[in-house]
Amino acid sequence: MPLLYPLVFAAFLFSAGVYGVLARRNAVMVLMSIELMLNAVNVNLVAFNAYLRDQLVSGQVFALFVIAVAAAEVGIGLAIVLLIFRNRETVNIDEVDLLRW
Amino acid sequence: MEKVAWLVPTLPLVAWAVLLLVGRRLPGGGAPVGIFAVAVGWVISLAILSGVIGGADAYHVSFEWAPIGAEFDIPLGMTVDGLAAVLLVVVTTISLFVQIYSVSYMRGDERYTLFFANLSLFTAGMLIVVLADNLLLMLFGWEVMGVCSYFLIGHYWEDVANARAAVKAFLTTRVGDLGFMAGIFVFAWAARSFEIERIIEGVESGAISSTTVTLGAALLFCGAIGKSGQFPLHTWLPDAMAGPTPVSALIHAATMVAAGVFLVARIYPVFEASGAVLNEIGVLASITMLIAALLALVQDDIKRVLAYSTVSQLAYMMAALSVGGYSAGIFHLFTHAFFKALLFLAAGAIIHAVHSNNMSEMGGLARAMPITFVTFLVGALALAGVAPLSGFWSKDEILTDAWNAGFGGAGEAATSQSVAQIVFVTGMLTAFLTALYVARMLWLTFGAAYRGQGHPREAEAAMLFPLVVLAIGAALAGFVGLGDNSIATWIQTPALPAHGPVTLNVGLIVVATGLSLAGLAIGTALYRRGLPEHEYLERAPLVWKTLQRKYFLDDLYEQGLVRAVAGALAPATYWFDQRVVDGVVNGAGLGTRRLARGLRYVQSGQAQWYAAALFLGVVGLAVVVTQLIGR
Repeated sequence: MPLLYPLVFAAFLFSAGVYGVLARRNAVMVLMSIELMLNAVNVNLVAFNAYLRDQLVSGQVFALFVIAVAAAEVGIGLAIVLLIFRNRETVNIDEVDLLRW
Repeated sequence: MEKVAWLVPTLPLVAWAVLLLVGRRLPGGGAPVGIFAVAVGWVISLAILSGVIGGADAYHVSFEWAPIGAEFDIPLGMTVDGLAAVLLVVVTTISLFVQIYSVSYMRGDERYTLFFANLSLFTAGMLIVVLADNLLLMLFGWEVMGVCSYFLIGHYWEDVANARAAVKAFLTTRVGDLGFMAGIFVFAWAARSFEIERIIEGVESGAISSTTVTLGAALLFCGAIGKSGQFPLHTWLPDAMAGPTPVSALIHAATMVAAGVFLVARIYPVFEASGAVLNEIGVLASITMLIAALLALVQDDIKRVLAYSTVSQLAYMMAALSVGGYSAGIFHLFTHAFFKALLFLAAGAIIHAVHSNNMSEMGGLARAMPITFVTFLVGALALAGVAPLSGFWSKDEILTDAWNAGFGGAGEAATSQSVAQIVFVTGMLTAFLTALYVARMLWLTFGAAYRGQGHPREAEAAMLFPLVVLAIGAALAGFVGLGDNSIATWIQTPALPAHGPVTLNVGLIVVATGLSLAGLAIGTALYRRGLPEHEYLERAPLVWKTLQRKYFLDDLYEQGLVRAVAGALAPATYWFDQRVVDGVVNGAGLGTRRLARGLRYVQSGQAQWYAAALFLGVVGLAVVVTQLIGR
């Protein structure tokens, strides 16, 4: 399989993630979009690993790391969203502007 | 002993700190601390001087204090030679007796401890000047004295006039100090060193051009003019009488005013190399001695008479230095310190008894205060130059030097002959005037009948003791100038070999003594009956007014300088400071606040905006890297 296919796929996935992060109102959807971006990176890592025939399979190892970190990140992110929901009765991030001036 | 000479200024310095910190809680208000400190210094000084008399070599020690660049540094060191030894003895002696006297004189004063602290610091300042081996250290001591004179003259600052006198003294000497500082930098730049020895070497070897020497010496002399009260900056000295009398004695006899003369003597080879500056000194000194002696004739305040007499006598020393009479000038400084301190302290005793400074409220005190009278008489006659009291010998030596330089064709000094002639003639005239005002002062104070209030009584023993000691000094101090091993030999340096033993010119002695006696006789004839209803000079209204207004110099300074500074310069600088300097500072703060007020709206708290900015930034960077740099 040519390298181009997974790269195009990853680019599409990443763009969808960026769109989701910038445009969605629901905090849970934003978190999911971040997951999309991370997975796009994972696809790239695995694709290049296969393309370069790396003996140490460092691309795949890295992808595993990213998955682990993403799991942790989602855990914390969902906890924050949950707390915000309890305090403010909303998960609309337009209304969550605690860091305002 | 000369190795521990640094203790002499250090002890009063320590005493000052101790007095300031815990002085009020010490027994005797802390006065014993100050007296002890200077007494130890006095003993050391005497030991050093006896070493010098025995022929000890000059001792010089110095270490690098603050290096500036590779070859230039600010040294910290001292020179203990004959000149320093003589001055050490003078300063510590006078300071010691002034402090002993003050214990009684200042008793019950509100700021008793502070007074002694300031006396100690003052003494320390002068001692630093005396021992300094470089001009910067000298400037340090010089300024310490300046600020102490401000504190001490303004000791009774509750009276606004006294506070003003203190400010006047401070500012007037400051004008001269400015020149002094500029002079230091001229020589430091030319000789690549602040050390006096280096500078003198540079001048003598010709490494420093004669123009630079003249410029630097003239600037340095400005400092001496200010501190030693020479025309035209002498006006602060009589006003300095606002301070307590012991302070006047200290300022006018041993410290502060002597510093200017000492400065010229310390770097005398530099002055000797510049005839122009010596001429300037000679002319200014001639003017000063004459106008000050005339002013002393018309004062009512006994302390002011003495103050103007100091100005006049300091001019004598300067005049001596200007005609090459290095040893004569220092000799006169030495004798003058004794009799002038004595006169001031005795005047203090009189003021204490009469409760007035004015001679119009004195008179007939010879019977009421016999010991004070006798001591005062000794000091006054020494001042008038009556043989064999101390003033006679030194004054005579100055006149001899002036005669030799002016008429004798000695040609040793770089001064021009005509200037030396002026110095000689005014010196003779001043000798006469001095005797005249001395006689006036004596008769108005002690002669005829008492004109004041109450019953004056003799001062207590603690005040009389210094008087008696100083009277002995004033009577005998002149004899150090006689013989082969005289003061001239002690203070000689390799650069300034002694001129040999005092040459007594009999003709001169006769004329000078005749003038003194004539002055005394005329003064006696005029004031024997006490204060005349109208002063004799009042018959010449113009002269009288000129003298009363002090040659209109104060008016000139007031109307010219002070008005220009206070009226135009001060508001202008105030405006500049408030609007421009503060404007820049406040503007920086205000600008930041305004900018922040506008920029803070960027901080919307909307995480998605931040993410969008971040994304755009990354895209932008990616474009830059790939399209511009990657090529």
